[in-house]
Amino acid sequence: MQPIHLAGIDYTILLSYVAFVIGIGWTLARYMKTSSDFLTSARSIPTWVTGLAFISANLGALELVGMAASGAKYGISTAHFYWVGAIPAMVFLAVFMMPFYYGSKARSVPEYLKMRFDERVRALNSVAFAVMTIFASGISMDALANLLHALLGWNYHAALFICSGVVLLYVLKGGLTSAIYTEVLQFFMIVLGFAPVVYLGLKDTGGWSVIKEKLAGVAANPVALNLKDVPTSYNSNAWTSAWQPVLAGSAHNPMGVDWFAMVFGLGFVLSFGYWCTNFLVVQRAMAAKNMTAARNTPLVAAVPKMFFPFLVILPGILAVTLASLPGKNYHLPQAQIEAANYSATITALTQAAANNEKIDNAVTDLNKSAGVSFNKAKIETLLKETSLPEDQIKARLQDAVQIQYNNVILSLVTRYCPAGLLGLALTALLASFMSGMAGNVTAFNTVFTYDLYQAYFAPGRTDRHYFLTGKVITVVGILLSIGAAYFARKFTNAMDVIQLVFSFVSAPLFGTFLLGMFWKRTTGTGAFLGLLFGMLTSALVYGLTVAEGKGGFIYNLYEFPSSMAQNFWLAVFAFTVCFTLTLVISLATVRTKSDADLKGLVYSLTPKISETGVPVYQRPAVVGIVLLIVCVILNAIFW
Amino acid sequence: MGLDIRWPIGLMFTLIGALLAISGAVTKSDHAISLGVNINLVWGLVLLVFGVLMLLGAIKGNSGPPADK
Repeated sequence: MQPIHLAGIDYTILLSYVAFVIGIGWTLARYMKTSSDFLTSARSIPTWVTGLAFISANLGALELVGMAASGAKYGISTAHFYWVGAIPAMVFLAVFMMPFYYGSKARSVPEYLKMRFDERVRALNSVAFAVMTIFASGISMDALANLLHALLGWNYHAALFICSGVVLLYVLKGGLTSAIYTEVLQFFMIVLGFAPVVYLGLKDTGGWSVIKEKLAGVAANPVALNLKDVPTSYNSNAWTSAWQPVLAGSAHNPMGVDWFAMVFGLGFVLSFGYWCTNFLVVQRAMAAKNMTAARNTPLVAAVPKMFFPFLVILPGILAVTLASLPGKNYHLPQAQIEAANYSATITALTQAAANNEKIDNAVTDLNKSAGVSFNKAKIETLLKETSLPEDQIKARLQDAVQIQYNNVILSLVTRYCPAGLLGLALTALLASFMSGMAGNVTAFNTVFTYDLYQAYFAPGRTDRHYFLTGKVITVVGILLSIGAAYFARKFTNAMDVIQLVFSFVSAPLFGTFLLGMFWKRTTGTGAFLGLLFGMLTSALVYGLTVAEGKGGFIYNLYEFPSSMAQNFWLAVFAFTVCFTLTLVISLATVRTKSDADLKGLVYSLTPKISETGVPVYQRPAVVGIVLLIVCVILNAIFW
Repeated sequence: MGLDIRWPIGLMFTLIGALLAISGAVTKSDHAISLGVNINLVWGLVLLVFGVLMLLGAIKGNSGPPADK
């Protein structure tokens, strides 16, 4: 990406945002009296706020940037993350699981596990979750510092420390409430900052019918726009239909997944695993004023979530359409080959052609000489045409550079936003990176203080002690995140490590919860061993399979058509192992908790929540059904 | 929790809306008119209205005391 020049008004908007978030933290500080205030907001936040924070905590910049990237790479099928994945999971959480989370008065997800099972399960989950939040936080900050460096020319280290410092200031003062308030602020900034970009993009391309027409051409030959590495051809609706390409099989859609992996892997295991057990989001619902508010939080969140594909995925689709419309002067973002590297690259090219090198080796050599990554299919074609005049070869080389999908959203922002709106959009992006760190650090400090420190290291102290501990852990969390950011930066396979950590935590955990909440016979030993082996299965499958060059550190047993397919199947295996083992071992071990112990923690032992007096349209189950119907309609529209 | 969140949201968007609208009204450069729309002016006014509505909400009443815990 070329560096962007920001005008005074852009900086004004950015600085006023920073001033406001720090100001929020400072204002809230006087209300922070107990550890409960600081770490869990003492259950005092109104529903619309918790609802928007719930969705915002999840909407990190990685999602914003990543969804546009996926929209370009895979088309409207990306919406499955929302319409098949998130919405059903959020409804399930609201209707079935919140009563247990909120009613048990657990202060965190691990604490619920301790109440339901025993300390071993709590410890396992706490440690895994704590590690995961630090990594997630670090990745956010690394991406932010990189962005500021690439875009505005700031020094990476300065950017990292300054942004971490801002987050530290408002979280240290106002705790979870600060994080929640800034997440709501960020929600509005993202919606209001990016809506104009989508509107202008639609105007520029000419609307959905033009998009469908152009993308049919792209689907017939995705290599032309560097969207695939080997010559492929898909049906005309591969980018514009959500279901048909998936139902046709993994070879017929750009994502490389089949319907089973999509529905069971993404739709069920990964989504339910994330939305129902990830304390980062659940923490926001637990901060609600009362049980009804807590149950409604995910439902309130589901409404904007359902329409987010039009805000975050559509830009990617618009970008590909623009790139295939002549006269628009738009190219999907690519790294630029530096002028100085051309001669070495051309030499390598002619040598590769002369020696009839294998294409993979040729591309590796060329990547090295040029300092960029090349598209395999295009280089293969070029190798047969090395007799072309030099300036044509240079143009072809630049054309063959791989697309930087993560820059798609930025390329649209710079295309359409004048100074002013540009500042708003960029601030929205920065805000979401920073809240990625804030959200994870607030989840980390709660789990560490209550589930590790209070549980194992220093039980029975005064609340003031834990309040201060919470503050100290906040600082520690930020410092560890900075360390994780450097780790992500230094090691090119850091993303692999992090992906591994993520898959450890979510997928198997949902199996544990499902059995724990709905079957009173589940024992602590069953839960612990099931969870442990579920996590190990994740690691094992990842170590034995390869996708897009990642994984397979034990042995390459199988190659998936895409990373996404690998993730989905990982989830399926981990969940199945955890669920089955938990079930079997529970039947073989003795129950340590009586029915009385489990009252309020298991479905069959909890009195149904009385909904008399609540109007029908406000009952969670009813609202949930309505939301699911709308979801089905959206799926049908983009069938 | 003490601070009604509509205050900072309202203030911020009123400020940003005003900045954008003024910038849109005042600048004459080509790029400022994206595709025939003076987006700064138009969107700035939208944000301004949004910010003011938020402030009115904050001034009028609070979001209610915490109910049963």
